[in-house]
Amino acid sequence: MIDYHFDWTVITRNADKFVAALGLGLGLAVVSLAIGCVIGLAAAYARVSGNKWLSTPVWAYVEVIRCTPLLLLIFFVYFGLPEFGIYVLDKTQSFILTLSLYAGAYMSEVFRAGLASIPKQYVEAAKAIGLRPWQRQRWVVLPVMFRITLPSVGNNLISLFKDTSLAAAIAIPELTFTARQINANTFRVMEVWLAASGMYLATAYLMAMGLRLLERRYASIR
Amino acid sequence: MGFTIPGTFTFELWQARFSLLRGISATLLASGLTIVAATVMGVLLGTILAYGWWPLRLLARLYVDILRGIPVLVLILFTYYGLALFGINVPAFWAGVIALSAFATAHVAENLRGAVQSVPAGQMEAAKAIGLRFPQRLRYVVLPQAIRRMLPPWVNTGLEIVKGTTLLSVIGVVELLLSTQQIVARNYMIIDFYLVAGLLYLIINFSIAQLGAALERRFSYLRY
Repeated sequence: MIDYHFDWTVITRNADKFVAALGLGLGLAVVSLAIGCVIGLAAAYARVSGNKWLSTPVWAYVEVIRCTPLLLLIFFVYFGLPEFGIYVLDKTQSFILTLSLYAGAYMSEVFRAGLASIPKQYVEAAKAIGLRPWQRQRWVVLPVMFRITLPSVGNNLISLFKDTSLAAAIAIPELTFTARQINANTFRVMEVWLAASGMYLATAYLMAMGLRLLERRYASIR
Repeated sequence: MGFTIPGTFTFELWQARFSLLRGISATLLASGLTIVAATVMGVLLGTILAYGWWPLRLLARLYVDILRGIPVLVLILFTYYGLALFGINVPAFWAGVIALSAFATAHVAENLRGAVQSVPAGQMEAAKAIGLRFPQRLRYVVLPQAIRRMLPPWVNTGLEIVKGTTLLSVIGVVELLLSTQQIVARNYMIIDFYLVAGLLYLIINFSIAQLGAALERRFSYLRY
C-alpha cells in the first residue's frame, strides 16, 4: 500500500463498459423480480389454498430454493438443463430463469404473509356488496396486499440486484465480471474494485431512496 | 451393486467420497469460523450502534451501511486481490473467511441493534434505578433479552453464511461447490453430482434451521 499510486484513468477509459455492465445487472434484477413476482403470487395462493396437493409441492419448492446456495442453482440450471435435452437457453436466459425461480421462492413468502395480514372483514365486505371471488381478489385483496408488501418487495429487488453479481460465475458481462476482467488486464486492483463497490453501493442506495418515496406515495392506506 | 463398474453413479460417488468429504469440511470450517467471528464482532458493533458515543456510532453506521450495500462476491474478490496490496499474503481460504465475516458482522450488528432497541426502555431505566453500572445493565438486563429476540434473524444469517461460502469457489477455495465442480469435470455426471451437492447443502441448512427452531423454543419462556 505504501507504494501504491492511484491511476483512475483505468476507470475513465473503461467508463462505458462499467456503465453498460451496471445496466445489465439492473436489467437482470428487474426482469427476474417481475417473473419472480408472478411465480411468487401463484405460489402464495397455492400455499393458502388449503389444498394439500397444491400447497405441499409449493412448500417443498420454497424450502429447497431457500436452503440451496444460489450459485449452485445457477450452475445446476446452466450446466444441467442441456443434460435434460433443453438447449434453447443461452447463459443470460438461463441466469434469468434461475434468478426468477430463486426470487419466486422468496416472493411467495412475502406475498403469503401479505395475504395473511389482510383483515377478514375486507373480504366479507366485498362479499356483502356482491363481488365474485375473482373480483374480490382483483379489487380488494390484491391492491391492499401490494401496499402492505411494497417494502419487502423493494428490499428483495435490492438484494436481487446484489445477487446479479453471481452471474459473473457463468461469464455474463455484468459489473462484477467486467471489474474482474479489467482487474486481470490492468492490475489496478484498488481502483477497479473501489469503482465497482461504489457503483453497487450508489445504485443500491438510490434504489432504497426511490423505494422510500414510492412507499410514502403508495404504502399508506387512506 | 455398481461399485466396481466405472460410469455408474454408485462407483463414481464412491470414487469421489474423499473429494466430497474435503469439500464439506472446508464448507463447514469456513461457515463455523465466519459465524463465530461475525457473532462476536457483530454483537460489539451492534452495541456501539445502539449506545455508542456518537462519532463512534457514525463510523459503525457507515461500516454497516457500506457493507450491506455491496454484493458479497465483490467483497470477496476485493479482499482476495486487495489484501496482497497491503503486503498481507493470505491464502484464498482466509481472504474469503475475512470477507464473509466482515459482511456477516454488518448483518449481525444491525440485527442486534434492532433487538436492543426493541427491549422496552423501562428495562434500562429499572436497571439504572437499582444502581447497576452501564456494563452491568448491558450484561444482566438488556443483552439477555435482546439476544433472545435476535435469535431468528441470527439463524437466518447463519444460513446465509453457509450459502455464502459457495462464493469462495470463485477465488479457488475447494469447498463443497468447487469440489463438486471438479468431480463433475472428471466424470461428466452433471445432474447427479449437483443434486448430491444440493442435497448436502439442504441437509446442512435444514439442520441449522431446526437447531435454530429448537433454540427459539428453548428460550421462548419469557414473553412480554
